[in-house]
Amino acid sequence: MTDFVLHTENLCKNYAGLAANTNLNLQLIKGEIHALIGPNGAGKSTAIAQLSGELPPSSGKIYFNSKEVTGTPVFDRAQMGISRSFQVTSVFDEMTVLENLALAIQAHHGHSYFFWRNINNNKELNKQACELAQQFGLEQHHKLLAGALAHGEKRQLEVAMTLAGDPQVLLLDEPMAGIGPGGSKELTQLLDGLRGRYSILLVEHDMDAVFALADRISVLVYGEIIATGTVDEIRNNENVQKAYLGHTESSC
Amino acid sequence: MNRKFIFLLSALIILILLPFVAEAVDESYVTSSMSRVLIFAMAAVSLDLIVGYGAMVSFGHAAFVGLGAYVAAILSFHINDGSPVFSFPFSFDGSNNLLLILIVAMLVAAIVAALTGLISLRTHGIHFIMITLAFAQMLYYLFISLDTYGGEDGLLMLGRNQLPFIDTANDTSFYYLCLFFLVVYIVLSRRLVNSQFGRVIKGCKLNEKRMQSLGFNTYWYRLTAYIIAATGAAVAGVLLANKTEYVDPGLFSWHLSGELLVMIILGGLGSIYGAVIGAIVYLLLEQVLSAYTEHWMFYLGPFLIFVVIYARHGIYGILQNKVLNND
Repeated sequence: MTDFVLHTENLCKNYAGLAANTNLNLQLIKGEIHALIGPNGAGKSTAIAQLSGELPPSSGKIYFNSKEVTGTPVFDRAQMGISRSFQVTSVFDEMTVLENLALAIQAHHGHSYFFWRNINNNKELNKQACELAQQFGLEQHHKLLAGALAHGEKRQLEVAMTLAGDPQVLLLDEPMAGIGPGGSKELTQLLDGLRGRYSILLVEHDMDAVFALADRISVLVYGEIIATGTVDEIRNNENVQKAYLGHTESSC
Repeated sequence: MNRKFIFLLSALIILILLPFVAEAVDESYVTSSMSRVLIFAMAAVSLDLIVGYGAMVSFGHAAFVGLGAYVAAILSFHINDGSPVFSFPFSFDGSNNLLLILIVAMLVAAIVAALTGLISLRTHGIHFIMITLAFAQMLYYLFISLDTYGGEDGLLMLGRNQLPFIDTANDTSFYYLCLFFLVVYIVLSRRLVNSQFGRVIKGCKLNEKRMQSLGFNTYWYRLTAYIIAATGAAVAGVLLANKTEYVDPGLFSWHLSGELLVMIILGGLGSIYGAVIGAIVYLLLEQVLSAYTEHWMFYLGPFLIFVVIYARHGIYGILQNKVLNND
């Protein structure tokens, strides 16, 4: 058990009788990239929202480094080192790229009850924001408003913001959503570069990305995990083929 | 020296010269009524801090103006009356010292804002509007019921509060006092919105959910901003009471809260200077139009609609696009 950086015990979420997640027992091993896949409506985003703390579970428990965090609010979990990205791009459109990153970093620099000094002159924040921008190839766009970025770049910024404050766990909710094959390849490489430094739970529909990145895969169908294993194990799992891969390959 | 700096400097110079010009053309009432404009500008700036920067649309901001005004009136009432304001747990006497009154007013506003904010900031959007309105109306009726302080009739002050070295009774010095407070308040507010705290507040406005997932406990940041805005409104309230030497429960009414909102929307949300411009334009229009007709609101309405539809960032937004940014 001690190897799991994040794990759940019989995690359930019901919406007025409708089961969105049923008895999830998800284990994220330190340093792995763990893909969570499943058809639309399988409960992947619900799972992420429960792990990050936005949705209170109906029952079950969530552990972070073996410490229970089931009732810990979102911002405290973020401070502990569980960081998430959103399926719907949630960057601050009216701030520049650098301001977006600096704000994300600022969250981990103690409290922000400083009322006098101009934030733009904070060299330490700016320096770290620049480094993060560089890592994600956003350095030419420093001064651009995030709202003016191309969609693919916005998605990169979305992911870059989750890295601020050096978290332990990344919960990435469809980082490749809507960026097309070229951008998807680029982002796959970027995420591959993060391997080992972070434990990543990756929700993704792009199967090329999933197979390229995942150390292990869990398959979620109708709110339940029907299989967990390595890429090959999942590929060859009959239940999975029947329930999921079968139609996705024909429909994608 | 960019255009914006020149614009601000000339605006300041005009405001400094105004009393001289008014006296020269023998219209010295202008100075007095401009003091009122400056005071409202300050209240508008304080509201802009939460509405424009923090997306906390308070429909009860007048309550803090009213509290400030009543602190001034009540403290000076007790100094004339000779009785203490309260005698338990310690005796607190009335005062005519403007500095002390300002501090007390800010403290009272901060406490009330903290208590009401703790509840109202658990809500968002329309519910926040309603709950702030409800709290302000509660205070409105509370002060109507305070017979000691004039109830519905209000409370007349026997002269203005005093400051060392400055004759507050003189309308021209009082005007400069208001101008001084406004300028200081603008400078402080500009610092605030450009500070680390200010960026957090802007983030909460743009996407509070994301702010929380980044690790910000947004509730306490928003509450702090709410308290800061309330203290600014209280200072404006103290000055307003001193300006008119009279307070009444109408200061708490939703009518005044609404007017403050109109001012900042007219001037342009989230720009500080916009709030000042909005207050000036609104009150001047009120003054000019009401000289012709009692139904001046009827003419102001279309103007407001025009500004909202064609200038999303208000009058200051137009200024910024057309004039100030052409360096």
